[in-house]
Amino acid sequence: MRRRSLSMLLFLCLSLSAAFGQSGAELRFYLHSDPKTFDPLLVADDASETIRYLTGGVLVRVNRRTQQAEPELATSWTISRDGRSITFDLREHIYYSDGTPFTAEDVAATIERLMDPALHLPTADSFRSGSGVVHTHVDSPVRITITFPAPVAGMDKLFDQVAIVSSRSANKERAVLGPFYVADYKPDSYVLLKRNPNYWRRDAAGRQLPYLDAVRLGIQANRDIEMMNFRRGEIDLINWLDSEYYDRLAAQSPALAHDAGPGLDSEQVWFNQVANAPIPAYKRAWFRSTTFRGAVSEAINRADLGRVVYRGHAQPAAGPVSPANKFWFNAKLHAPSYDPTGALRLLQQDGFRLEGASLRDREGHAVEFSIITNAGNKARERMATMIQQDLGKIGITVHVVTLDFASLIERITESYNYEGALLGTANTDLDPNAQMNLWLSSAENHQWNPRQKVPETAWEAEIDRLMKEQASSLELAKRKACFDRVQEIVVEQQPFIYLVNKNALSAVATWVDNASPVVLRPQTYWNIQTLNVRVQTASKH
Amino acid sequence: MQKIVQHLAAMAAVVLVGGLLSATLVRLAPGFGADEQQLDPRLSSESVEALRQARTRDSDIPRFYLHYLGRALRGDLGESRTLNRPVRQLLAERLPVTARLVGAGLLVGWLCAVLLAVGATMARKPACDLLATLVAGLFLSVPAAVLALLFVFANAPAYLAIALVVFPKVFSYTRNLLAKNYGSPHLVTAYAKGVGPLQILVWHVLPVAGTQLLAVAGISVSIALGAAIPVEALCGIAGIGQLAWQAALGRDLPLLVNLTVLVTVITLTANWGSSFAGHGLKAREA
Amino acid sequence: MRRVRQSAWLLLALVALGSLGARLWAPADYATQFREAPNSAPSYQHLLGTDELGRDRFSRVLYGTRISLLMAPAAALLSTLLATLVGGIAGYLGGWWERTAMAATDLFLSMPWLFLLLAVRAMLPLNVSPITSIAVTFLLLGLLGWAASARVLCAGARGLRDSDFVLQGRASGLRGFRLLAIHVMPNLKPVLLAQFWISIPVFIISEANLGILGLGVSEPLPSWGSLLRELESFTSFGFEAWKLVPLALLVLVVSSFQIILSVDEVHA
Repeated sequence: MRRRSLSMLLFLCLSLSAAFGQSGAELRFYLHSDPKTFDPLLVADDASETIRYLTGGVLVRVNRRTQQAEPELATSWTISRDGRSITFDLREHIYYSDGTPFTAEDVAATIERLMDPALHLPTADSFRSGSGVVHTHVDSPVRITITFPAPVAGMDKLFDQVAIVSSRSANKERAVLGPFYVADYKPDSYVLLKRNPNYWRRDAAGRQLPYLDAVRLGIQANRDIEMMNFRRGEIDLINWLDSEYYDRLAAQSPALAHDAGPGLDSEQVWFNQVANAPIPAYKRAWFRSTTFRGAVSEAINRADLGRVVYRGHAQPAAGPVSPANKFWFNAKLHAPSYDPTGALRLLQQDGFRLEGASLRDREGHAVEFSIITNAGNKARERMATMIQQDLGKIGITVHVVTLDFASLIERITESYNYEGALLGTANTDLDPNAQMNLWLSSAENHQWNPRQKVPETAWEAEIDRLMKEQASSLELAKRKACFDRVQEIVVEQQPFIYLVNKNALSAVATWVDNASPVVLRPQTYWNIQTLNVRVQTASKH
Repeated sequence: MQKIVQHLAAMAAVVLVGGLLSATLVRLAPGFGADEQQLDPRLSSESVEALRQARTRDSDIPRFYLHYLGRALRGDLGESRTLNRPVRQLLAERLPVTARLVGAGLLVGWLCAVLLAVGATMARKPACDLLATLVAGLFLSVPAAVLALLFVFANAPAYLAIALVVFPKVFSYTRNLLAKNYGSPHLVTAYAKGVGPLQILVWHVLPVAGTQLLAVAGISVSIALGAAIPVEALCGIAGIGQLAWQAALGRDLPLLVNLTVLVTVITLTANWGSSFAGHGLKAREA
Repeated sequence: MRRVRQSAWLLLALVALGSLGARLWAPADYATQFREAPNSAPSYQHLLGTDELGRDRFSRVLYGTRISLLMAPAAALLSTLLATLVGGIAGYLGGWWERTAMAATDLFLSMPWLFLLLAVRAMLPLNVSPITSIAVTFLLLGLLGWAASARVLCAGARGLRDSDFVLQGRASGLRGFRLLAIHVMPNLKPVLLAQFWISIPVFIISEANLGILGLGVSEPLPSWGSLLRELESFTSFGFEAWKLVPLALLVLVVSSFQIILSVDEVHA
């Protein structure tokens, strides 16, 4: 009798716990691929970056809401007058997740490893404003000075990307200073992060953070399935939401869908201006003409792109910087207006003429070119088709060619066998220094005409000068002025025809407390330490 | 015994050629050596160049392949570039998943196909035949991706998607083969002599169509393996199909060569097995 | 059965007429974007609603039918012919020929042809005309789609090789290709028809998937394959019956082909 009662009690308990769906406060969301590494210094993909953000302890954290640098493991810092050195005062009595103490030696070892020229890491390259060795000087266990060979503008915020690894722990990169540590990993299935018992941060009431006990990161590449599982209550948030899904979700459950406004990302079209590209010379002449590019820009209906493709969740882009980048955005710039008549007038100035429904250049060539974009990105495919239609109205024939990403990269970075391209920029860093390799004419990612030995145009030479000037200056006002001018030149010359800035859309379950989605990545879990999950039933939204 | 050894040797030769051809195809396809990381604006020119060098270190295909064979003989299948894990480990984890998926899908697909084909043929009514044709035509026309998502949505097992891809193809061959044989003169005689429909099917129809049905069985393995790629990729099933898709997108040469070798071995085993069975059936008839 | 076959012919004729006369029946050009009404439900102006860019779906179904109805059967015919040549001849000849052909066929089945398709795309100019792109796509599908049924045909031809009527034919002086063409191939008709019938929808769907490689029908041209891809999102967005019309049409057309081509049976 007693045994039966105990069994029934046990059964009841199990049923109740199943009904509650999950035990403890565990946040669940998806990574879209397996992380390639758990070493925070070797991060180069999104999934690994997520793990780094959630587990890594950094000296300085950029507050994703205010976009300002805030003390984290460093209580304060000073940058030398020449902009080459930064001295950090570190928090005391901090320990890694395995109990190893944190000291300035760890910072020194991390920097030395990060700046190893053999590693070629994007984070490290952000610090490399000049050639030479980086020196670290440990003044005391809680004070360190790092000296770079050349001034690094915006240096402090760059340390938001540098997770400090222990120099002494036997667990190496698995010993962390962040709010969570990697407890379990099943390839193709999930990564389980558990609360770091030694995490140093406390809330205003003195309670140790994080509030969550665990974060379960499932691995799911399919966005349809991600959406479906969110609606079923199997995951708690979607960090980045497509505009179609957003609208459907908002129509059914407005409380779940969040639109934080224009994000940092942009979508743009550009033309191949590479001198030895395997394209006809007459086409190269079109693409190199500022008037031609300006006309194409005017003929594109950006408002329609935002309204139709992004369902109103995108704004026409004024230039290379989104208004979401509060400090660096040049507020004097406005998105080009849609004016096909004006576009035709501009083209006529360049000797183009409309013959029937076809635009022809001076030599009688029909204006016809292809735009390549990456297959599978529905938004880009649709934008390309709409641009095809817009340009068709002024007699330009556009061929939309969707390619797999590897083929596309090969064309735009190596063979230069393309005419126009439509891609986007995912901006994770606010500082223009992060885009040096986009704007410098000698750089690899100067996409319309990379690796120039000398700037081929006066305006590119001017951009080079301005970017170098802002990179070597420590005065924020001066840097701002330089970069404002860069933006103006880009808008005048249209090497990139900026289309839209997409809104930062996300979805968060109602049982997630303290969520406050923003535009900077990671939009929904940027304040992971203070997120909490009320125990919920696995119910559908 | 000699024949078996000969066949195994032929199989090995085909597999070796397959691996080399596959490596060549991957190497010559555009995008080999391209890495998404190259587009990161933070990377310096030196870093981009270093990335490029790392990705194209296996450009010399004959050397890569010889190297690969040498390592493979020692049990080392190389490392995946896209997943940064040993290929052997990846295959060991994922092969059972796909085997279960494809095996169950083939079983259910064949069952549905044969039952429907036999039913439609034996019923000998136009309405039944039409209905069977419409059902098969429906599943033939629905993309595997849509089927896969449907089953995920319905929380149904993914092998049903594979089954529904295999079923209409097997049905089509089976139905046509059975229908042809049902029109044979010797069956008219059998009917006239009062032999029952089931006996006719088992003793007079299936054996005649058997050789070709066995061949269909062999190729249905390839069909199922082909269907596994979109099904696994879309349903997030960590099998060989999903691996193949990721490897293709990432131009992961070591992984793709190994996967081709694996698929070739499976295809050869299935088809040659069905050939042997067909020969055996023919010998028995004789 | 005859009535059913007549209905199938009628359906195909209607579909063909509808697509050929698309310019007459379509309420709008397939490329016109009614940007004020994207993703709209069926209405008087748009019988099957509009797609995500506001293009009239009914018009796109009509125009898309032209491409798919013409090209897919052509590609299916090509793959069937190739399968016949390779499989039929190999099975008929037997011995070393058969072993080599089948080994090559199995190798063919195992290859990652995706990379060949990528290489073909790379060789084509980006500004290739839509017609060329479509023709190349379906040609490739036809050239790559023969291997599976070649095996089945080989098994069939092997079985027929030593049959009584073939032996009799040989005894009467028929040899080689004539014997193959007159006595063997007609008996392989069930497999040939099955191959042809299966290939049509498979190629239509594959054409849409080839879009990821830059092949296939390029925008703004519609095809059944591209229209069918809309179904991929319905698990997230719910059931919209009008989006199933291309699928229904494909099923009816494919079934009509099967009915028309099906082997005559002796019905009790």
